[in-house]
Amino acid sequence: MNKIPNRQAICQVLMERAATDKDIVVLCSDSRGSASLTPFANTFPEQFVEVGIAEQNLVSIAAGLAKCGKKPFAASPACFLSTRSYEQAKVDCAYSNTNVTLVGISGGISYGSLGMSHHSAQDIAAMSAIPNMRVYLPSDRFQTAKLIEALLEDEKPAYLRVGRNAVEDIYSEENTPFVMDKATVLAEGTDVLIVACGEMVKPAYDAVGLLKDEGISAGLLDMYCVKPLDKEGVIQAAGKAKMVLTVEEHAPFGGLGSMVSQVVGSECPRKVINMALPDAPVISGTSREVFDYYGLNAAGIAERVRKEL
Amino acid sequence: MDEIRELKVLSYELRKKVVEMIVAGKGGHIGGDMSVMDILVALYFKEMNIGPENQDDGNRDRFVMSKGHSVEAYYAVLARKGFFPMDEVISQFSKFGTPYIGHPNNKLPGIEMNSGSLGHGLPVCVGMALAGKMDGKDYRVYTVMGDGELAEGSVWEGAMAAGHYKLDNLCAVVDRNRLQISGGTEEVMSHDSQEERWYSFGWNVISVDGNDIGQLVHAFEIAKGYKGKPTVVIANTVKGCGSAVMENKASWHHKVPTQEEMEQIMKDLEERKVALL
Repeated sequence: MNKIPNRQAICQVLMERAATDKDIVVLCSDSRGSASLTPFANTFPEQFVEVGIAEQNLVSIAAGLAKCGKKPFAASPACFLSTRSYEQAKVDCAYSNTNVTLVGISGGISYGSLGMSHHSAQDIAAMSAIPNMRVYLPSDRFQTAKLIEALLEDEKPAYLRVGRNAVEDIYSEENTPFVMDKATVLAEGTDVLIVACGEMVKPAYDAVGLLKDEGISAGLLDMYCVKPLDKEGVIQAAGKAKMVLTVEEHAPFGGLGSMVSQVVGSECPRKVINMALPDAPVISGTSREVFDYYGLNAAGIAERVRKEL
Repeated sequence: MDEIRELKVLSYELRKKVVEMIVAGKGGHIGGDMSVMDILVALYFKEMNIGPENQDDGNRDRFVMSKGHSVEAYYAVLARKGFFPMDEVISQFSKFGTPYIGHPNNKLPGIEMNSGSLGHGLPVCVGMALAGKMDGKDYRVYTVMGDGELAEGSVWEGAMAAGHYKLDNLCAVVDRNRLQISGGTEEVMSHDSQEERWYSFGWNVISVDGNDIGQLVHAFEIAKGYKGKPTVVIANTVKGCGSAVMENKASWHHKVPTQEEMEQIMKDLEERKVALL
């Protein structure tokens, strides 16, 4: 079982690159430990900015740095980053078009027992609604590393969300197919297409295996690029299946399910089922306990497919 | 005529352009435009090394118009600097499909950052100043805020960080005209004492008559030489400065003058200009 959380993969890539790229700057809001960025701060103190517990400041300062040629990565818990500094993300990053990467750590319900203040089940909806803001939810540590490398290649704003806990590997050191802004096809199927992002990709992947054993042919897209959504990928894969099922660690509105439904509804109409967290304060517990409770696990996904087919 | 006096004359000329712009565009934050004009003229025509000729130079000074609603004054100054034609901005301001919208946007040359929502400029400038320090560049960073804007908490987050990082390459200006849309700033939300507030955040504080370009220039020169702290210039200004029709009247925060009012304002501006000659 992998013990390296995605946030740690981010730190590794940034440290590798910062050694030769002095324009890479990491900013934290008293969050360097939570973000696994302490090694970066210790190794590259000249490329690290601490702003204290001030998320609005975090994002605006990052925008100012970017405007002067820096490549800032602003890391803070996704719950605060996506709502407390929402306007800074909108105006200073997206509207002013600055090269800022907003890194939402401990995303979704990672802080399961800390209550709704610490959950970020609305970040996809919020960030996606901003023109010129991209939204990424990588699934495992290998894909996270590829994504960070890709983000270092362009000069546009982006928001990415990673969870707090280590997730099981889907890809590997040798085999991580990755094309920027294209979903990764993890399985092809004719009965159902499952589209998942972030931490939901692994249970969806396992569900595909369970269904296969029962003779149900399920396709799976790892839609780490929630915005810009890989529409062609959805249309192509959905066209082969009888129905589509989306799975996400997010509120039921405005997230992956809403976006995939829009595409399928207009381009290749068929039934779309959205599996998500409820439109209510989420029950307390570890991520695993919470996911199990809402059926956001392999068994729950497989069962929903069986029921809907 | 000495240089400062020339700038004062220019400031009145540009105020007239603002009035034309607002009348043609049928809208605008005229009161703040008039109070901030001398600050912008001092910065753009005396202090900062910013112009169309060096807009891509990494060593240019950086400016963010945090009180973005005073965009008409900003446009007039940028047009006079040669970033875009004055006639074009006057005729197109606020019109359908125009790039000259009611708040600064960086699709236009000369504008670094989009603003409009208050309390963003100072924290953005903290990032710009930090970048300058990291790169060992000697450009300076300037922002102008309104006094009503100081109620935004994000201003003080930025102030805190600038003090903490001792950003002596950063100079903030407060256009202290003491009026905002609902009335007097001290009635809406107290901001006195400005000097004590900024000092307590680790800033060097200079208070001047913000409609006196000579005093402003002197303050900016002191700021340039001050090491170890960012400087804030509390520019005590008159809202609507330039004509008794508008001066110190909150109702002129956002207002289009009538034909009669416009004629009187233009006459007053011309008289004050001529008095300098």
